[in-house]
Amino acid sequence: MSAAVGAGGNSVLRHARHVVAENPVTGFALGLFVFFVLAAILGPSLAPYDPLASNTANALQPPSAAHWFGTDQIGRDIFSRVLVATRLDLGIAAASVALVLAAGGFAGLAAGFFGGWVDMVVGRIADTIMAFPLFVLAMAIVAALGNTVPNIVLATAIINFPLYVRVARAETVQRREAGFVDAARIAGHRDMGVLLGQVAPNILPIMVVQMSLTMGYAILNAAGLSFIGLGVRAPTPEWGIMVAEGASFIVSGEWWVALFPGATLMVAVFCFNLLGDGVRDIVDPRRRT
Amino acid sequence: MTGQIGNAPRDFAADPLLDVAELSKRFPLARRGWLGGRAPAMVHAVDDVSFTLGRGETLGLVGESGCGKSTLVRLIARLTDPTSGSIRFNARELAALPARDFARDADRARIQIVFQDAGESINPRFTAADAIADPLRKLRGLRGAALQAKVAEAATLCGLPLELLDRFPHQLSGGQRARVGIARAIAPRPDLLVLDEPTAALDVSVQVTILQLLVTLRETLGISYVFVSHDLNVVRLLCDRVVVMYLGRIVEVGPARAVFDNPLHPYTRGLIAAVPRLDGLRAGGLRLAGDPKSPIDPDPHACRFHGRCPVGTDRCGTEMPALRRFPGSRQAACHFATEPA
Amino acid sequence: MTAILDVRDFSVEFRTRSGIVHALDRISFQVARGETMALVGESGSGKSVTAYALLGLLDAAGRITGGSATLEGVELTQASPKELARIRGARAAMIFQNPRAALNPIRPIGRQIADVVRRHAGLSRRDADARAVEMLREVGIPDPARRFAAYPFELSGGMCQRVMIAIAVATRPALLIADEPTTGLDVTTQAVVMDIIQSLAAETGMATILITHDLALAAERSGRIAVMHAGHIVEDAVTAELLAHPRHPYTRRLLAATPTAAGGLADLRAIPGSLPDLRRTDLPPCRFAARCEQRLPACEAPMAWRHLAPAHRVACWNPA
Repeated sequence: MSAAVGAGGNSVLRHARHVVAENPVTGFALGLFVFFVLAAILGPSLAPYDPLASNTANALQPPSAAHWFGTDQIGRDIFSRVLVATRLDLGIAAASVALVLAAGGFAGLAAGFFGGWVDMVVGRIADTIMAFPLFVLAMAIVAALGNTVPNIVLATAIINFPLYVRVARAETVQRREAGFVDAARIAGHRDMGVLLGQVAPNILPIMVVQMSLTMGYAILNAAGLSFIGLGVRAPTPEWGIMVAEGASFIVSGEWWVALFPGATLMVAVFCFNLLGDGVRDIVDPRRRT
Repeated sequence: MTGQIGNAPRDFAADPLLDVAELSKRFPLARRGWLGGRAPAMVHAVDDVSFTLGRGETLGLVGESGCGKSTLVRLIARLTDPTSGSIRFNARELAALPARDFARDADRARIQIVFQDAGESINPRFTAADAIADPLRKLRGLRGAALQAKVAEAATLCGLPLELLDRFPHQLSGGQRARVGIARAIAPRPDLLVLDEPTAALDVSVQVTILQLLVTLRETLGISYVFVSHDLNVVRLLCDRVVVMYLGRIVEVGPARAVFDNPLHPYTRGLIAAVPRLDGLRAGGLRLAGDPKSPIDPDPHACRFHGRCPVGTDRCGTEMPALRRFPGSRQAACHFATEPA
Repeated sequence: MTAILDVRDFSVEFRTRSGIVHALDRISFQVARGETMALVGESGSGKSVTAYALLGLLDAAGRITGGSATLEGVELTQASPKELARIRGARAAMIFQNPRAALNPIRPIGRQIADVVRRHAGLSRRDADARAVEMLREVGIPDPARRFAAYPFELSGGMCQRVMIAIAVATRPALLIADEPTTGLDVTTQAVVMDIIQSLAAETGMATILITHDLALAAERSGRIAVMHAGHIVEDAVTAELLAHPRHPYTRRLLAATPTAAGGLADLRAIPGSLPDLRRTDLPPCRFAARCEQRLPACEAPMAWRHLAPAHRVACWNPA
């Protein structure tokens, strides 16, 4: 009884273990996710070389025991650079996803719950964003506001905004008439209380799945902006720039300069997409036994 | 446990807990355009409804789907604002208070609802304990150990084993969920409990235990019930008086036993005749064919039952029958209703 | 009387994540031409599973594990999906609890009836349309020629159920399975819908299985009642006999829990205990035994039917 009110932490863990045990793909994705998070946290201290230290005498060396991923055109260790870049790439993606979850999620909730003019205003904003090719819109935002990390985060969040609004709104509309909404009013909750305390926890699982899926997209978007020169600037280690810099060497046979950051980027995106399904199984209480 | 049919007639009218007068609720069918324009068509969900509920009384509310029961319940529970009319609760006028502010009103705790589908009305993200604790926290301001104690007390009153309290609704059986729904509603100790088809989703064997629980709670806590159900046999078991609604209007009111044994209104007769009976007897074989008329802008001068009524005449198409009084504290809205023999 | 439907030792299992659910265990019953038999039981008793399994409509997790079921001499358990589909349209029909969901929302109702008639009776388009209008009239829909073009959302629940009935009986099937056909409808509409089903059955000699949780409805509308509990048929008798002399303890319990027009709440008794977990591998021969007050040591023995009267059988070692 003491743990009864607001309980359930323990059973979530137990359930998560059950889901992972049952679905090896989720386990694999989860393993990759942990690996990336550790790389993001510990990367700089684990990197064998200074990611910015150039050594022109050692430029464009293929992978070897000393340089696992080889070296780039000015002799920097690619493995160290890929490792250190994890924090920046994942950080940008995570920040933008958190931002859009808060803004888009709330806007969608309010639109679905209140309807009327709130719905109309939110809907028009989302439609306006949707009217642009999203990557071009992101480019325009960064170009207009300046090439800084916060602006990349903002641009990535903005282009994901309509998606979050739509999902949150659709899920809210479904639950607006649910019995528990009336029950909450009877229990003394006002509109905001019902919205945030009752409806929001119910759409959170769907939003978390959405986050996992858009996380991959956000990484790709941030790297893409850097790739075309509108994102993080050289010489900062970042996967997109590294692919861009390495691209010109592929023709001359130095494939490793672009391949390793590119492959890492791909695996990261893949990991978050796979994770989406597993996360849905974990956060949905109805699947808990 | 008392289980007398329809209960003994008591004088509840002297000290009404709830006094509803000329209550109406109309919904616009379509929202008006940007520039105003013509007045939209109105759905007359509840139309000129008046009744009282005594302290400790159980009032049954019956009628077909679309008769306005649900809207009336939402009006009484102050989840919806009436278009006109008055709702006096404990001699205080509540109709004028906007529904959206009523959540913080002192009387919020005194009017509670047990919802139709307990599974659907408990937030799937909340445990049973969370669900029961919610109104206590918001309406009674309880926290910590005092809250835990009250949750446990409400659960115990409703026959809910405490070890079930940390379960989620989907982990409970239908009967257990119904008990959670009832425990949540009685936890803040309301004076008026609206029971909206509380046993509709339950098997008969479980239904019995829930009905018995409701009778016990009524006696131990002294709550008044408004009991909404489409199952007339269940209404008969629990209610002192019944209100029969048809297309937004009250067609008959009276002591449950009298109304069921000797209905005055032809609609009530048809309704009762349609209830399947275990003994297989067909009471008169009266059939109400067809569907109710449209509730959109109905003719204010015609009886709502006109056209479907087996006894009506042309007069019913031009003159709306008023709710007339009959002996035995009964009322019926029919030109042709006669005193029970 | 010859049985149109003859079900013997019919068993169904469901494979789920948490084990095998023994949903139906060797149930047997016969339905004769023109007869209305009610399958009565609480949720989880297996009444709907019986209907779905007979017509080959089980979902992928379910399978028939034994027994036989013949409809007009055709073995249903051995029929190919294609044969079953043909039988479902032409010889056996089913109506469901939620008629609106069972109708195609974007096709006029008359067209939906005509589709079935054309597929199974091979009529021309014009003849099928005429037949559809005729069917709408037969199920008591006013102004059928105009309603032909109506969409499901324009009709009330009772009207939608009538359309479902029209679709079901358009091909003059030998068997109609009505799975909670009036649950969710008002009592007044229920009475009308049941009248229609009964008069169609009387006219065409169609056998009807009425699946319901409402003993009173079964009492009024069926000639015979089979009571189901946890995947078994526990008692099967002519309606009047079953109501007057219920012999199985569960039937007696069910009757004692059903509100009547005469009794009070104090006269009603709840049924103690709950259904056994049908995933158990050690289910007892009598699945009611754990809840039964008349349990004997003999109840551990394999269950056998006792024939108490020509049309009354009970699966109990110690009937009342």
